[in-house]
Amino acid sequence: MIYVKKPGLLSTLQDQGRIGYQKHGVIMSGVMDPVSPRIANLLVGNDENEVVLEITMLGPTLVFEQNTIIALCGGDLSPRIDGSPIKQWSPIFVKKGSTLTLGQAQQGCRVYLAVAGGFQVPKVMGSKSTYLRAGIGGYKGRAIQAQDNLSIGTPSPTIETKIKELEEQTTNNERFLEMKWYVASEFAAPFQSKSSHPIRVIKGREYDLFTQESQQSLFSESFTISSQSDRMGYRLEGSTLPLNNEISLKSEAVAFGTIQVPSNGQPILLMADRQTTGGYPKIAQVATVDLPVLAQLKPGTTITFEEISLEKAQKLYLEREANLQQLAQGIHLKSIQEGFR
Amino acid sequence: MNYTLTPLGDRAIVIELGNEITIATHNLVQSVVAFLDQHPFDWITEYIPAFTTVTIFYNPLLVLPKTNQTTSASPYEHVVNELIPYLDNLEENHSELGRTIEIPVCYGGELGPDLPYVAEYHNLSEEQIVDLHSKGDYLVYMIGFAPGFPYIGGMPEDLATPRKDNPRLKIPAGSVGIAGNQTGVYPIETPGGWQLIGRTPLPLFDPELEPPTLLKTGDVIRFKPITKQEFDSYKEDKA
Repeated sequence: MIYVKKPGLLSTLQDQGRIGYQKHGVIMSGVMDPVSPRIANLLVGNDENEVVLEITMLGPTLVFEQNTIIALCGGDLSPRIDGSPIKQWSPIFVKKGSTLTLGQAQQGCRVYLAVAGGFQVPKVMGSKSTYLRAGIGGYKGRAIQAQDNLSIGTPSPTIETKIKELEEQTTNNERFLEMKWYVASEFAAPFQSKSSHPIRVIKGREYDLFTQESQQSLFSESFTISSQSDRMGYRLEGSTLPLNNEISLKSEAVAFGTIQVPSNGQPILLMADRQTTGGYPKIAQVATVDLPVLAQLKPGTTITFEEISLEKAQKLYLEREANLQQLAQGIHLKSIQEGFR
Repeated sequence: MNYTLTPLGDRAIVIELGNEITIATHNLVQSVVAFLDQHPFDWITEYIPAFTTVTIFYNPLLVLPKTNQTTSASPYEHVVNELIPYLDNLEENHSELGRTIEIPVCYGGELGPDLPYVAEYHNLSEEQIVDLHSKGDYLVYMIGFAPGFPYIGGMPEDLATPRKDNPRLKIPAGSVGIAGNQTGVYPIETPGGWQLIGRTPLPLFDPELEPPTLLKTGDVIRFKPITKQEFDSYKEDKA
């Protein structure tokens, strides 16, 4: 069990989303950054798609009422256990009674907390993700609040044995144990460097309906993520992107990373809680490999876009998945070979 | 059948079957949906039917031939090549109507606060508005916007009424409204600018059910006027 002392700004349980229900108008929900939580899960011995706690901008204070192994991946919210700073991108043994505090986002915008065994909440329509607007899924269909008790699921027998061993290895004064190693791959890199790369996009289905100036502005101007941005979408401030002619489109499916432009010309970038369908023209679509970067940008950040071909975007996606698979094998080996000291 | 294929990003493809919202195009959409339900390719994650399109979401890892992952063709090209032979041979014979679903509606009063306005706007009595709204069949062209929210066609043009100037912050679940030349039912509480003429006691969305929504694309809807008493007793029966 994990006791919520302070909930943070917006902390919700999310997995990789509700799949197969969009035809019924049920949004996908799920994690904003699709990669960091997969790594966090691998580090604690879970299935990579297991439910995690998505922590936004300002973190919670959580008290562990049992021994467990946790991992924090994604943005840096200065995690501490009983006052001592702890590593991210690495498994951590946490002892019963320890308190994990997370502060303000120093780098990135969201961090993902995985616990060995996952969080024990019922699946709704095949997923444990919180669907905030409909009040379903996750923990009671809402963000966590002070005094909530989050149940932890049963970890694999191997991990369970490891937790027992680690408990015996620690002295009474030790509140947690860290491993010497951590994931220092390209996956962690976007949140460790301050340099900003352009977000890569593929031309959208209605790209040709926009004026030439709009098309040029998209790739030459910069846009600022407005403060009116949330899990549903990012509103972008900057040049307006008008169409050649006002037209009325028939509503159709949209996707994670679709950039749609309402009649006011201000683009909206659709994120995890987007509606299933939309009727605004779509000028571009963010490449899947750049979604994690996007998810870690705070409101107020300025971004630029760069065009890539569909072929290139898919090639990068296949490469990323191959690298993640390799990383998964690496983590598995490390966990077997190396202890926590 | 005639169609075009275009990508929606690097993990989805749009099958476009027409330009206008017509029953003919809707039937094509339904043919593709029926085909996808009968032939679930393992690389398809899910699909979303709409007015003139069916969008297929796919897993680029699963679409490549397992024996030759280094093939020069992209996952998108593979998807196109897989779909074309089927779509070319798909017959445009989906003409049978879907299920007919009766939706009981208590019109006017506190459950339909804008009925007097709609009546006044059209210079008709409230009874005439209710008759007009409940006499015809409606077709569910697509589901979107919210869980189980039907985009339906078939409302008499005489009922077309502009949206409210000030949208309500909360429209209760089950509300039946008019916006422009569209009518619809709200499955969950949302903000919105629709003119509310009534409410149904029928739940349109229940996450515990499979499927979780009462309506699906292709259904035919008929609104049946009920009294406030019937509305209340329906709610009590359910509770």
